[in-house]
Amino acid sequence: MKTFRMGGVHPEENKISNDAAIEVMPVGKQMVVLMNQHLGAPATPVVQKGDKVKVGQLIGEAQAFMCANVHSPVSGTVLKVDTCKDAFGLSKPAVYINVEGDEWLETIDRTPDIKRECTLEPKEIVAKLKEMGIVGLGGATFPAHIKYSIPEGKKAEYLIVNAAECEPYLTSDYRVMMEHAEEVCIGISILRKALGVPNAYIGIESNKPLAIAHMQEVARGFEGIVVEPLKVKYPQGAEKQLINAVTGRRVPSGKLPIDVGCVVSNLGTTFAVYEAVQKNKPLIENILTVTGKELPSQHNYIVRIGTTYNEIIKHSIGELPATTGKVISGGTMMGKAVVNLDAPTVKGNASVLVIGEKEARRAPETNCIRCGKCMHACPMGLEPYLFSALVKNGRTEEAKEHNILDCIECGCCFFSCPANKPLTDEIRLGKNRVRAMMAAKK
Amino acid sequence: MTHDILIAVLVLGALGVLFAVVLYIVAQKFKVVEDPLIDEVAEVLPGANCGGCGKAGCRAFAEACVSQGNMEGLRCAPGGDAVAAKVAELLGCAVVQGEPQVAVVRCNPANCGDQRRSNYDGLRSCAFQNTVYTGEGGCPFGCLGCGDCVAACQFDAIHMDPERGVPVVDADKCTACGACAKACPRRIIELRNKGKKDRRVYVSCVNKEKGAVAMKSCANACIGCGKCAKVCPMEAITIADNVSYIDYTKCIACRKCVTECPTKAIKDVGFPTPAVKPAPKPEAVEVPAQPVAEPVKA
Amino acid sequence: MNLLNISGSPHVHSDESTKKIMWRVNLALVPALLVAIAYFGVNALLVSLISVVSCVLFQWLMEKFILKQPTTIWDGSAIVTGLLLAFNVPATAQMLWIVVIGALVAIGIGKMSFGGLGKNPFNPALVGRVFLLISFPVQMTTWPKVGAWFPTHLMTDANSGATPLGIIKEAVKNGQNISDVMASADMPSLMQIFLGHMGGSMGEISALAILIGAIYLLCRKVISWHIPVAFIGTAFIFSGILWLVNPEKFMDPTMTILTGGIMLGACFMATDMVTSPMAKSGQLIFGFGCGLLTVVIRNWGAYPEGVSFAILIMNSVTPLLNRWCKPKRFAC
Repeated sequence: MKTFRMGGVHPEENKISNDAAIEVMPVGKQMVVLMNQHLGAPATPVVQKGDKVKVGQLIGEAQAFMCANVHSPVSGTVLKVDTCKDAFGLSKPAVYINVEGDEWLETIDRTPDIKRECTLEPKEIVAKLKEMGIVGLGGATFPAHIKYSIPEGKKAEYLIVNAAECEPYLTSDYRVMMEHAEEVCIGISILRKALGVPNAYIGIESNKPLAIAHMQEVARGFEGIVVEPLKVKYPQGAEKQLINAVTGRRVPSGKLPIDVGCVVSNLGTTFAVYEAVQKNKPLIENILTVTGKELPSQHNYIVRIGTTYNEIIKHSIGELPATTGKVISGGTMMGKAVVNLDAPTVKGNASVLVIGEKEARRAPETNCIRCGKCMHACPMGLEPYLFSALVKNGRTEEAKEHNILDCIECGCCFFSCPANKPLTDEIRLGKNRVRAMMAAKK
Repeated sequence: MTHDILIAVLVLGALGVLFAVVLYIVAQKFKVVEDPLIDEVAEVLPGANCGGCGKAGCRAFAEACVSQGNMEGLRCAPGGDAVAAKVAELLGCAVVQGEPQVAVVRCNPANCGDQRRSNYDGLRSCAFQNTVYTGEGGCPFGCLGCGDCVAACQFDAIHMDPERGVPVVDADKCTACGACAKACPRRIIELRNKGKKDRRVYVSCVNKEKGAVAMKSCANACIGCGKCAKVCPMEAITIADNVSYIDYTKCIACRKCVTECPTKAIKDVGFPTPAVKPAPKPEAVEVPAQPVAEPVKA
Repeated sequence: MNLLNISGSPHVHSDESTKKIMWRVNLALVPALLVAIAYFGVNALLVSLISVVSCVLFQWLMEKFILKQPTTIWDGSAIVTGLLLAFNVPATAQMLWIVVIGALVAIGIGKMSFGGLGKNPFNPALVGRVFLLISFPVQMTTWPKVGAWFPTHLMTDANSGATPLGIIKEAVKNGQNISDVMASADMPSLMQIFLGHMGGSMGEISALAILIGAIYLLCRKVISWHIPVAFIGTAFIFSGILWLVNPEKFMDPTMTILTGGIMLGACFMATDMVTSPMAKSGQLIFGFGCGLLTVVIRNWGAYPEGVSFAILIMNSVTPLLNRWCKPKRFAC
């Protein structure tokens, strides 16, 4: 079975919410929609206090290059355009909407029929993705219309769909594959058309045999879509590692996947692409896992963007267990710890993951015993222990020479360190310093 | 036996002469002509290499002084006026006098210790924590408490208050080199004039959020209400981005703003008694005849 | 509810810890300890016990009173040092007090003076052993006879044996032919040597017991195969070449790797994480250097055995090897 070349770890998989079918979470009374739900500049609000909005109506417009449109997830009246604290406590521009009814824009096709034919030209597809505010849902929330516009002189040969879901706990991609396989395949066909790519591969880790079988079954009805089972190893879903696993190609340091003829798309994104292009539905919902060993029940939900963490917790499990130690948005390896549970969810949130107190606390750091485990676990072939020492001593220049910027922050080094050194934290700090140093030199 | 000793002495002696010749030739060939004044200036500098002057170290500062020929725009904060006078004497130029300064920490968190709102469990580095979230107190502008400033201080002049988790400056040791201010990722630490009799008044908050939001972040936050600016007799206080700022060159340390501030965001340091609200009669307020002088060039 | 914990990702950790690694090494040393007790009796047990207890005690005292930092005696590293030190001395009654000095040097100079576990450039147990070898040359080379379960006197062991390496060194010095010596009655058979029925330091005698421990460590991924294989392989090949050139003067390669401390050194001391290189390529060079130096010292040095010196010399090269031998980067 295929996998990437070097390094990697195998954290406990904990896919305990695998069998929970996707439920629809009811809409709350008030929604707060942040204006920067994507990588890049925040969208500019185009509604004012008192405006009536419908579901799917544009409320934040992308004016900068690296930006994505934001649409109203609910119908109602705009209460105010102000700031709101996000999940990490930082104030961000936001539109507050008082929910009234559930009135959708007429252009949105809400029928359950599956529409297979796509008559749009490649350029029109990309324009549609921009209009509908699609962003990559794998975590980076990179605006889709930029990603699927191939730069002059480059040619895409492979479209690789990331359904590895190598992060522990997360099951939303799995559920989408089990319940919306056909839509996903249509979404992939649309992206292939947009990119002009003959072949598409869906990389799925072998711990999801049902999904592999089901996707293979459905993909038979589509030309050029191949399901590629992958060995279970983290970080299989990292862009460079996935390309390496599926095609054997290696993206060189500082280059993009397109430089080796590959485009990687998250599975959730392909579903969103289907809905945007075929059904005219903007990105206003997240498919989100509510999971954790401490929780009484496990769930997968379709949640309107702008629902707060507290509302999700209240609806799914009532309240957080007393033993809660950490709430994470995303998986345990690369997810972000949430501090403000009153914050609204944003595009790309894949989970509300609750970790017990014992698991959440990091063990105290001890001396490095130079075992080299971090080095052997690193999927990029770097030396985390060395970065740790260089960062601690402020030797930024040397850290750069040892290619600290190649680090993909997957967390394998910290995961495998017997001395519990916060290696990933230190490397992130080092990367920030290197970037600052390079910016200062320019 | 004598023969052996003789040979050893001769061989070693010859080697010594040979090396001496080589050393001499190389030293002559690669001689770097350097102004001896640089060494003299470097000699009188404190030698802590704190980087407070903006140069790479004390020697770089000395080189800058000598190449410039005067001390315009160059000041060694740790050395103060004494070192400035010595350097000026060596250079034969005018002494640039400066007001002695000290670092102040512009954060007075209400949500600290038992009141903190979350528990930070990652790398003990403010610069890193700043990229993760707001910090334990919940204020996106407040002190993160990991002590990057403490690590940056070369003079052992700044320490963490273990109970409150904020740094405290030891004014006697502080040389105002500014290393802590540079190390702080939230720019909380500011260099201010020490003030007469070591008495200073400053706004101990840099929260730029709107008043109501700032109040939620921290009970001691400056809400930008402007009461202090109204009461200030010297017009030393300005409000920008919802934060009030006291210009230390204009402040006369009358402490009217301290009593006026509704959130106790303005701090007074070095006064023997706590500030009290002045009597209603305005003429009862004592205003010192002269404001603190601006830095003068002698 | 409790306060939420916040940290950067990742939010999980594998169950690896320094403590686990050290205790696994301790467990892997047990077979060799049992063999030593079986062959040398009470003295072996007592020397090991005293060595371990004094190592732990010295570490505790130094951390508590000199360094004034939290004590880390439960991480098991002092016990590893203690066991390895005991394994490197003869199991005689005199060693009962000499080993305490060895423990002081091993822990005090070898480890704590550099800042404790993980910061020492040299293997602490070997530092202790070499110190003892130089300071107490007679006591350190007075070997007990195999099977002397209870010495008649606790303080004097009259019944001294000799190591195969010692016999050969002596023979070469006297101009004897090695193949004659090998055939003599003093020499144990190859099988006896493999099982440990020979004179020597208490932990190094049985290749079998050491291999059992090493295989366990390999399975638990505490050590990798690179250093032991390179070490033993180099020693085997190099001594094999010498033997082929002149079997009269040099020992045969099988005997070379089974006698003396090569097995113990290659499996437990050269593989010490702290003092060996991290990259696989560096480990191979490290093992190669150890093997080469061992054979050189054995054949041309003053001492009959050279494993400790070889490993210590290679320890000093480790920082350079770490600098030169980089892992292969992704897409490079």
